[in-house]
Amino acid sequence: MAPSARPLIRPRIRHRDIRERIIEVILFMCAASAVAVTTAIVVVLLVESAAFFERVSIIDFLTDTMWTPLFAEARYGILPLLCGTLLAAGVALLVAVPLGLMVALYLSEFAPPRVRETVKPFLELLEGVPTVVYGYFALLFVTPLLQKIIPDLPGFNVLSPGIVIGIMIVPYVGSVSEDAMRAVPNSLREASYACGATRLQTTWRVVVPAATSGIAAAFMLGIARATGETMVVAIAAGQQPNLTLDPREPAATITAYIVQVALGDLPHGSIGYQSIFAAGLVLLIITLLFNVLAHLLRMRFREAY
Amino acid sequence: MKPSIALASATESRVQPMADPKVKSRIRNLNFYYGQMQALKNINMDIFEHAVTALIGPSGCGKSTLLRCFNRMHDLTPHTRYEGEIRLYPDDVNIVGPDIDPIEVRMRISMVFQKPNPFPKSIYENVAYGLRVRGIKSRSELDGRVEAALRGAALWDEVKDRLDEPGTALSGGQQQRLCIARALATDPEIILFDEPTSALDPIATASIEDLIISMAGNVTVIIVTHNMQQAARVSNYTAFMYLGELIEFGATNELFTRPRHQRTSDYLTGRFG
Repeated sequence: MAPSARPLIRPRIRHRDIRERIIEVILFMCAASAVAVTTAIVVVLLVESAAFFERVSIIDFLTDTMWTPLFAEARYGILPLLCGTLLAAGVALLVAVPLGLMVALYLSEFAPPRVRETVKPFLELLEGVPTVVYGYFALLFVTPLLQKIIPDLPGFNVLSPGIVIGIMIVPYVGSVSEDAMRAVPNSLREASYACGATRLQTTWRVVVPAATSGIAAAFMLGIARATGETMVVAIAAGQQPNLTLDPREPAATITAYIVQVALGDLPHGSIGYQSIFAAGLVLLIITLLFNVLAHLLRMRFREAY
Repeated sequence: MKPSIALASATESRVQPMADPKVKSRIRNLNFYYGQMQALKNINMDIFEHAVTALIGPSGCGKSTLLRCFNRMHDLTPHTRYEGEIRLYPDDVNIVGPDIDPIEVRMRISMVFQKPNPFPKSIYENVAYGLRVRGIKSRSELDGRVEAALRGAALWDEVKDRLDEPGTALSGGQQQRLCIARALATDPEIILFDEPTSALDPIATASIEDLIISMAGNVTVIIVTHNMQQAARVSNYTAFMYLGELIEFGATNELFTRPRHQRTSDYLTGRFG
């Protein structure tokens, strides 16, 4: 091609610069809006909670053993709700940790590629089931089933929704743990086999220890999800704030209380209305704590190799 | 013995063929397939006991594939198939036979890989791994064998005061010697080396080569290497492979000074590969 056929190199093209700039600004605003909304939520939570704590002392809030904001003689102790929340999450973890770990071990180390390709989408599908379905599953299927084993189990109890939340987060815990195990380099597996190890020995002694922080992160994210879960406990746990560590009794979690109050028609600015913000703040702190913990663990496991 | 002719300039022979070699392993009509692709074609050769045998050849010639037949590493990959025999003596069993458990084979034949791959465990636990998977729990036995293996890998003096530190915290050369200690700990009959120095600097390479030379005499070594000088320096016997076939096999100083095949000669003089 003759050099003259090419367009000449021109000085900077202004309109091209401007167009790039406009797109940049639009994209920035999209990203910023997500951050802004989150910040706004936290600000609202803090402002409303501050109003609440002007009427109720923080010490009462943290130490009182009764939560009866809607009674004539109102008491505002978060402990029963906190207890219910942690109890439900604890039962859920007892189910989700072993099951999720086994799912991950199987998919990562034992399943033939074709099985893995088939099972993983199904697991992810399970994550998409609406939680209200799980709630009724707990109330109308799991509780009657449990009542056959524990005859005097009340219709509303923490055990049943706890188990169901556990089943609900198995795919999540399982798939995050599996990612951690698959990130273990194959050279370590080869080294283990070359030492004469079996597949089970390789899995337990090399893959799992190498993926520990990733697996722990999966558990932390599981806890965060279990404590934040609303519908299952609201439906099946009984919505009765109850300071107990016995999962057979009914109880209310923070989330269940918020649903219960938010559904009623509380006047704006009343103390009942403000109490849900204080409860929400506690929930936010708990889930944030576990999320940060999970994040730190994952950072560590990324640095491992 | 014939007087040996001087080797090519950069190669300095440090080891000699053995006076009266005993066959440790005999490869007979070995074919190996990845799915439909035949990677090894009718290999026949002997591995001599307590000698170092080097496998050389251009990339893709099948030398690593042949090495990995010895500890059945290919069994970890689906759709692979062995045909023919690798007989291991004195047992006189075909270790690639379908009725032989690959784990039994790996209990006797250990391996050191291209890149140092210590486990994310302590130095001690890295070396003890092969013993633990064999069910050895006695602390005194583990201590003794870990120390012996680390001494065997010329690493003991450097790490004896920090056996609890992670193996991954060592330098590259030390990590590779740790992997050699891990391979030695189980008292194997054959150790396979798959390009053990390709990820190391020249000084670390020299120490690994010294180690390999010192190990021969107690254990049979098979080493795959890209580096012809390395093969000349460390091995008693060399096999030259090309396109899945064994072109030439013989005493290292013979093969390097008087190759019988044109291809071997061309490869050694750098005309291809």
